[in-house]
Amino acid sequence: MSEAPAAKKPLGKKRIELDDRLKAYKGIWVFIEHERGKIHPVSLELLGEGRKLADNLGVELAGVVMGVPNETTRSFCNEAFFHGADLCYLMEDELLTDYRNEPFTKGLTDLVNKYQPEILLLGATTLGRDLAGSVATTLKTGLTADCTELNVDLEARSLLATRPTFGGSLLCTIQTLNYRPQMATVRPRVMPMPEKDASRTGRIVEDKLGMFEKDIITKVLEFIPDAMQDKPQLPFADIIVSGGRGMKKPENFKLIWDLAAVLGAEVGATRPVVQAGWVDLERQVGQSGKTVRPKLYIAVGISGAIQHRVGMDASDVIIAINSDANAPIFDFAHYGIVGNAMTILPALTEAFKAHLATARKAG
Amino acid sequence: MHIVVCIKQVPDSAQIRVHPVTNTIMRQGVPAIVNPYDLFALEEALRLKDQYGARVTVLTMGPPMAEAALRKAISYGADDAVLVTDRAFAGSDTLATSCALASAITQIHKDMPIDLVFTGKQTIDGDTAQVGPGIAKRLNMQLLTYVTKVRSVDLEKHEVVVERRSEGGVQLLNTSTPSLITVLEGTNEMRFATMANMFRASRYPVKVWNREQAGIEDVATVGLKGSPTVVSKVFAPTPRAVKAEIIQCESNDPKDLSVTLLAKVFAKYPKLEKEITKIAV
Repeated sequence: MSEAPAAKKPLGKKRIELDDRLKAYKGIWVFIEHERGKIHPVSLELLGEGRKLADNLGVELAGVVMGVPNETTRSFCNEAFFHGADLCYLMEDELLTDYRNEPFTKGLTDLVNKYQPEILLLGATTLGRDLAGSVATTLKTGLTADCTELNVDLEARSLLATRPTFGGSLLCTIQTLNYRPQMATVRPRVMPMPEKDASRTGRIVEDKLGMFEKDIITKVLEFIPDAMQDKPQLPFADIIVSGGRGMKKPENFKLIWDLAAVLGAEVGATRPVVQAGWVDLERQVGQSGKTVRPKLYIAVGISGAIQHRVGMDASDVIIAINSDANAPIFDFAHYGIVGNAMTILPALTEAFKAHLATARKAG
Repeated sequence: MHIVVCIKQVPDSAQIRVHPVTNTIMRQGVPAIVNPYDLFALEEALRLKDQYGARVTVLTMGPPMAEAALRKAISYGADDAVLVTDRAFAGSDTLATSCALASAITQIHKDMPIDLVFTGKQTIDGDTAQVGPGIAKRLNMQLLTYVTKVRSVDLEKHEVVVERRSEGGVQLLNTSTPSLITVLEGTNEMRFATMANMFRASRYPVKVWNREQAGIEDVATVGLKGSPTVVSKVFAPTPRAVKAEIIQCESNDPKDLSVTLLAKVFAKYPKLEKEITKIAV
């Protein structure tokens, strides 16, 4: 009798024998994103993660560097080696001066088709998402966005890409079973920065873009850099004081700013607070905002929905202040105070001020 | 000019509640809305319509109830609406979704040639930002993501100039039509629906296309079959082994609580104390 149970088995358990064409895909690649002469930190974070996956699978880790022909572009290969890559695919061309979808999509797609990696990772930045979506569709393969965890299923040689599900109270693991490469994007600061080892080296495989300017329809007329970086740099802040709906009124956010000022901290916020217009979009922490990993995160009036949690979970020490003793934030914070934020915050600010003064005197 | 705006009906995430015991999403009674990011795309299209004159067709893929999202778009001023709906689409991932939408756009194009396709930056339910690029690649259109402003459209030269947000600045790009533009949030503010358009929306006969009508011949390119990704596991996040240590003291006075807290934190994390002292000025 052929009956339903087989169909009910979770898809992930189904044993799928890769066909020979797909078995030829080997190795892990990380796209090395850079802009204005600097590597985006997310690419180095991905190399750290890629190193683990490569070691698990027993394959090589490669960086993919695409850019204008010069020493700086070449130096990114060394940076990739220092952070875990065994080799780099280097594509230098004047047409790769500024990011444009067409030449980068063609270049990366050609490299993938020629050298056949089994996994391709990119940062979930504006550039990375634009490129990943284009390359995945061109290759007709699977792409999982904004992963919070990466792993491999050794038996199926399959990437296990975990991300929050909609509404975010649950996580899901997504696999690309019979398509290669398996692609995923990860947001900045989700993965830890690997240790730099300047003694590491690797080999460089060079390739050509094979395009002419006249083939590219989109032209960059001008680049207008952002006004000096006075924008909050939340993802790299060491201390963050964040407020949520529990702050009740926009005026009360001043108490958050006061504490942040004493600590030299950045101010963060939850999605509802940002949507209500109390705080700038740049300061939103969570799945649809920034991912942070400070040494100290103080969450005030934040219930701790997973939307927010995935953005700050990696903080070294989390202190939560909330009036509801059953709020989920207390399940993953390290320390909690149950009470009215509006009376506790000023007291905490004073306590920090006093403590810091004493600590400084003590040297 | 003919502009197609792709929109999606999504549950209003602001109203989603998580069951306190089972930790699952409670979907019952959650109202469906037009994906908020798509409204920026629609408004940008309507502004071009105001400025240059254009026909604006809204397109969505979803269950029959997604028709409500299209009517909403008509009430804001869209001219035409197409709903692509078929059970064959169930379980589509982003690659399969872009296949269905690209095919529908090709059908719409046959009716009246398309100059621009607009989408939102991403949806609030999937959050992937992959469907827009996917459609562009399938239709071999120029792709412009994270656009903050459409500066000008030259219909005779088939050229469009946009401002695009990139890492560290804004790119001013010139490209040719037809092209696909994903619009960044905060670019504009959706207009109010006029009485006349609301009236029109209530009576407008939405075009409802099934798979064949949307021009998809091969059933294996959509739905689960057309989706390279599979969800292999859904699970609740692991709680930390130890819950937060709740600070208490006899007086329960905010000052005493704060001092107790700092004493405890710094006793356990002496390194943190040094670092904070260094950072704080």
